[in-house]
Amino acid sequence: MALAKDTVYRIGRLARIHVGDEEADRYADELSRILDLVEQMNAADTERVEPLAHPQERSLRLREDEITEADQREAFQGIAPAVEAGLYLVPKVIE
Amino acid sequence: MHTKSLTQLVEGLRSGEFSAVELAQWYLDRIERHANLNAFITVDRELTLAQARAADQRASQDAPPLNGIPVAHKDIFCAEGMLTTCGSRILGNFTAPYDATVIERFKAVGTVILGKTNMDEFAMGSSNETSYYGPVRNPWNPELVPGGSSGGSAAAVAARLAPAATGTDTGGSIRQPAAFCGVTGLKPSYGRVSRYGMVAFASSLDQGGPITRSVADAALLLDVMAGFDPRDSTSVEQEAPEFTAALGQELSGLRIGLPRQYFGEGLDAAVQETVREALKVYEGLGAKLVDVDLPNSELCVPCYYVLAPSEASSNLSRFDGVRYGHRAEHYDDLMDMYMRTRSEGFGAEVKRRIMIGTYALSAGYYDAYYVKAQKLRRLIADDFDRAFEQCDVLMGPTTPSTAFALGAKSDDPVAMYLNDIYTISVNLAGLPALSLPAGFDARGMPVGLQVIGRYFDESRLLNVGYRYQQETDWHDRMPAGIE
Repeated sequence: MALAKDTVYRIGRLARIHVGDEEADRYADELSRILDLVEQMNAADTERVEPLAHPQERSLRLREDEITEADQREAFQGIAPAVEAGLYLVPKVIE
Repeated sequence: MHTKSLTQLVEGLRSGEFSAVELAQWYLDRIERHANLNAFITVDRELTLAQARAADQRASQDAPPLNGIPVAHKDIFCAEGMLTTCGSRILGNFTAPYDATVIERFKAVGTVILGKTNMDEFAMGSSNETSYYGPVRNPWNPELVPGGSSGGSAAAVAARLAPAATGTDTGGSIRQPAAFCGVTGLKPSYGRVSRYGMVAFASSLDQGGPITRSVADAALLLDVMAGFDPRDSTSVEQEAPEFTAALGQELSGLRIGLPRQYFGEGLDAAVQETVREALKVYEGLGAKLVDVDLPNSELCVPCYYVLAPSEASSNLSRFDGVRYGHRAEHYDDLMDMYMRTRSEGFGAEVKRRIMIGTYALSAGYYDAYYVKAQKLRRLIADDFDRAFEQCDVLMGPTTPSTAFALGAKSDDPVAMYLNDIYTISVNLAGLPALSLPAGFDARGMPVGLQVIGRYFDESRLLNVGYRYQQETDWHDRMPAGIE
């Protein structure tokens, strides 16, 4: 299946990955080849098969709702690109 | 010193033949001398020696057996205070603020961190060429790839730059480089080894495991790594047996299943011949060979290349330049910051997989790709269940060919993906599997024999590998040119 360039730009936006005009053709070609590989799946009849999400088909363990982690805010914020007064800084989003 | 097995090193430390500091120094010097292999991303001499000194101080009859043994860790495991890059530029400045459970367990038994090994970026690759920190070279021939994604760990063990190493395996990332580098690699059952603090690629497939020279050494490492961890929601609540205790049992009557699909078209003749020779060794040990079918195995690659990228696109959304890692220098607004940070921080293969996953999960395509792949996953897992009704373990090649040249497949993602055709289905089903050195092709490159076990049956799997290594010496061969 050949992906259109518009689709590549749309996927890039959804994935938060910048696709430059000079890269779009290459992406379209490579992703189309991967999708061709993937579409071999259609050879299998899966009409009455239940999806398997996970090798362990069991529900996740539950635990008591207790605090188990110590507060390490300073250590964690120490490696952040930009922090101030205990908050992570990002460009202004609300005018 | 570097020709000794782990058991011999343990003995040497015990008897006082050498100290942990001397041992660490010896390996650090070897790493430096063979820096051209590019097997490590981070080596912190001071930190390693400080840990070795502490081990020497602890040394006594009561110290745990592995006290003072240096181990190299794949740069996917967070180690407190150490750079943990996952082979990516986006984590190029990431000093982990905590230990992964695997690292914590190795520290608890007194082992020394020898360094962090090179790997394909975010474990996405089969050649180690997607690392931001440059490719690793195969110690058997530096013009060839070591395999991936745990290529640094496999190359380090093969070149005796580390007595043992850790790796992770999502679609073959322990077994394929182990095969290419002539070392032993074990991918444990899903849920056996904690994933806490292990940078996530595809969470329903990822599993950490040992890369060592021998199965005996792998069992020693698995004894450390395995066990329930409440911090990993998929860790299985079951006490791990003592894997070293299972080694040495007789194999007479063992039923070895040979999947017909693993010996068909696309398999290199020399690999096939080497695997057949290995099977004769097992027959000599009293095992019986049974032909079995894994009818959907050809579809494991397409199935995997929907599921793994889908999980990756979700897991890697956390890298946004806000809380840790790389942030672009110039940007206009928040969206622009995300886009630039991620475009600069991720390499080509990682971006391709994020985009494929994003597409497969997007509205209108979810059923055709993601749900279809999950259904196929069940068919593949069911195939194994049926095969194991007729046999105790499965055997076949680990890879369709031996190591290929650097650059040979890096422009063709699909050709690269097909390298994992015999390893991927094991991850989809969550089973444990070993790759054992079984001989060499005409170019002198190692061939791997894959042994697949039943779920949580690592004890038997390791014993099957151990008995083979008692009969053969492929695992003791050292690459020519590595002194």
